[in-house]
Amino acid sequence: MSGSGFVQAKDKPEGWNRPPVMEPDGEGELLEVAMGPHHPSTHGVFRMDVALDGERVIRLKPVFGYLHRNHEKLGEGMSYLGSMPFTDRLDYICPITNNWAYALAVEKLTGQEVPERAEYLRVILGELTRFQNHASSIGFLIQEMGASGTPLMYAFREREKILDLFEALTGARMMVNYMRFGGCRVDASAAWMDAARKVVAALPGFVDEMDRLLSTNEILMARTQGIGILRPELAVNAGVTGPMLRASGVNYDIRKVDGYGIYNRFNFRVPLGDHWDVYDRYMIRLLEMRESIGILEQALKDIPAGPVMDPKAKLRGFRPKPGEAYGRIEAPKGELGFYLISDGGPNPYRYRIRPPSLINLTVLEDMALGENVADVVLIFGSVDIVLGEVDR
Amino acid sequence: MKTVEEIKSAIEAAVPGAGVEIVPNPSVSGQHSLRLAPSHAIAVATYLRDELLFDYLSNATGVDWPDKEVTEKVKVTRTVTKTVDGVEKAVEETVEETRRRVQPGCLEAVYHLYSVAKNEGPLVIRMRTGNRTDQVELPSLTPVWRSAEFQEREIFDLFGIVFTGHPDLRRLLMWNNFKDHPMRRDYVEPDDFEYEPTAHDEVLKRAQAHRAEAEAAGREGAGA
Amino acid sequence: MAVESGLKIELGKQGVFVTTIEELYNWGRRSSIWPMQFGLACCAIEMIATTMARYDLARFGAEIFRPSPRQADLMIVSGTVTKKMAPQVVRLYNQMAEPKYVIAMGACAISGGPFKQGYNVLKGIDRYIPVDVHIPGCPPRPEALMHAFITLQEKIDGQHLTGAGRPRYLDAEAQGEFPVPVFGAHDLEPASNPGVWPVPIVIQGSGAKGQGTANHKEGREIEDGRGN
Repeated sequence: MSGSGFVQAKDKPEGWNRPPVMEPDGEGELLEVAMGPHHPSTHGVFRMDVALDGERVIRLKPVFGYLHRNHEKLGEGMSYLGSMPFTDRLDYICPITNNWAYALAVEKLTGQEVPERAEYLRVILGELTRFQNHASSIGFLIQEMGASGTPLMYAFREREKILDLFEALTGARMMVNYMRFGGCRVDASAAWMDAARKVVAALPGFVDEMDRLLSTNEILMARTQGIGILRPELAVNAGVTGPMLRASGVNYDIRKVDGYGIYNRFNFRVPLGDHWDVYDRYMIRLLEMRESIGILEQALKDIPAGPVMDPKAKLRGFRPKPGEAYGRIEAPKGELGFYLISDGGPNPYRYRIRPPSLINLTVLEDMALGENVADVVLIFGSVDIVLGEVDR
Repeated sequence: MKTVEEIKSAIEAAVPGAGVEIVPNPSVSGQHSLRLAPSHAIAVATYLRDELLFDYLSNATGVDWPDKEVTEKVKVTRTVTKTVDGVEKAVEETVEETRRRVQPGCLEAVYHLYSVAKNEGPLVIRMRTGNRTDQVELPSLTPVWRSAEFQEREIFDLFGIVFTGHPDLRRLLMWNNFKDHPMRRDYVEPDDFEYEPTAHDEVLKRAQAHRAEAEAAGREGAGA
Repeated sequence: MAVESGLKIELGKQGVFVTTIEELYNWGRRSSIWPMQFGLACCAIEMIATTMARYDLARFGAEIFRPSPRQADLMIVSGTVTKKMAPQVVRLYNQMAEPKYVIAMGACAISGGPFKQGYNVLKGIDRYIPVDVHIPGCPPRPEALMHAFITLQEKIDGQHLTGAGRPRYLDAEAQGEFPVPVFGAHDLEPASNPGVWPVPIVIQGSGAKGQGTANHKEGREIEDGRGN
């Protein structure tokens, strides 16, 4: 189990999962500031209405919808496969895992089988995506701390190498549109495998470099340790998932829990945090990068030959039988799930995306209350959101 | 994980009077749902969270089931006065009539629950509103699971279900004075001069309407 | 009045450099365009990638991305502009000091892109503000953004400071501040800015003869609202 030892909710007093009502100490008025939607550090168009007492945050209300592109309504008007390119644009830093979550949900709905080589390819690309997402996330966090872009430059240097691999395989750097229901779109050649092995062989050096430069940096430690604490029982009750949940000490990684795909063949650990603060979230992402490298090495070694698409998969006239399914994966940001209701037609009746970034933001207010306004940016950066997913 | 039948019996034993129905799921996924009556929903949810340890609400969403026009053939028995053998009599006649009626639709809220403590799930629970127009209230499950907070706001915004007991029910994605509920099936998008070089269907009709308007305005302006 | 290039080279060999104020002025401006940090969606990630070590937009003069509109010259609208965000975009554009330019990066900023059929998607930012360069793509590659940047630089090079073609900020009658749309009950009001975006009245097919459907084998008549 998730042996985190947190107390279950029934022993808690009424209103335990609501943010505390803060009172300003001292005289004077509260200063109400709208941070965003145009802000250098808000990872996109996002607004937080904060009420400040001096520098302390008394109230924080997030405002969403600045990137609401009605993806769910579009999904009802398009065929199942037609929505696949749109899933690329949800969490636009990790298009592969978005595709995978959608393909998994449809495969749950129809019961399609995925051939082994396709599963291995999914794992390889998924872990590469996770690696570059965590690297970018750390880069953005440190940039918001004032490091003027240097860790971000290093992270993007590695990201470019990984994007080269994606481009060689799928034809696009970012919006790959690679997964299909029942497998993957194209097969990877032996030359691509060699290139991937070379890239993966260089990745541990990069993680060591980041670790050496950042983890014991005194500015980083002073600014992030003890900031933005999220208690594990609140995290579970608020639906927080992904590295943020594990940094609060809860052992819940969907790759281990659900064992979707072939993840139970790989040997990897799940790092957990002890102090539940921003530094732990940074450290969890760094350690997960190392675990991803481990999975990649195993997958690249064991990948078998074979088809990459289920031969019985129907591409034209794809009409799943009526019913519904909810499929989820461990995306780099958290639990990304798709809920599909089919009425037997070529378009889904209801196409719902469970966005990890939006639900992780539920506890932003709880973490930021009482902190200084300069730390709100850090706490927000440690949640690691992408607006395309929050607003869909 | 227990099956939905077992969970239903456990709920009915613990929360008496809770109207729980099983909604079977015909697809391969086997994720059957439990439909809860709104009156006892909070009690059932608290039982699920505290006793069965479904402590993690993963997904909360809405579904729109619009009104359906149902055509059915009904056998109607009527008393008719008929002349039989020259004598007027009251005779009973059975006729098949085709009747059209509108089956009222509803809005539905669907919740997916998982258990972090016991690694179980998903358990799907649903609640239906009375209809789509005036009986659109459902109890909010935010006091039980905090993760429903933003998701219920989104359901309110896009579908129009009003959650009673929600700490802060405002629109989430659209702006505050937006009037419609866009995810409903009968929502009509505003006509904002969508331009396409190869217009067809709806867009072509609207473009022709715009052109007709512009010509009429031009003629008036020239004539005036 | 430009100096003949042969004369320029001859004089240059003697160590005398001849130019016009216009050339110098434009050269100074186009070599130091500072973009505003204004990423909306996925194209923003490609914009960030363009500023990173591999593609490096800074060598073209876009040294610093300023967060404040008061200090920026160029607004790269990268990503889908939603109706909720549109008033802020126009407000930011108004707050930028002249001379200012706009690059619409990506299909969403040009015309709504793949999300066009949306109740919340603004079908192109050029409905409210004038756009100088459009970059198609979804997302456009970093090289495409660099190409657009160079195109903008060439456009600035070709701007004349006097005469009918002079830029907006030197023209006392040109529209300086663009009206900011407000949130209506169902849509933004106004739906577009007629001074900036002429509503195209385009139908195809033999519409003049009374049939409205398109027939790709026959020729199509397309009439433009402007009478072209």
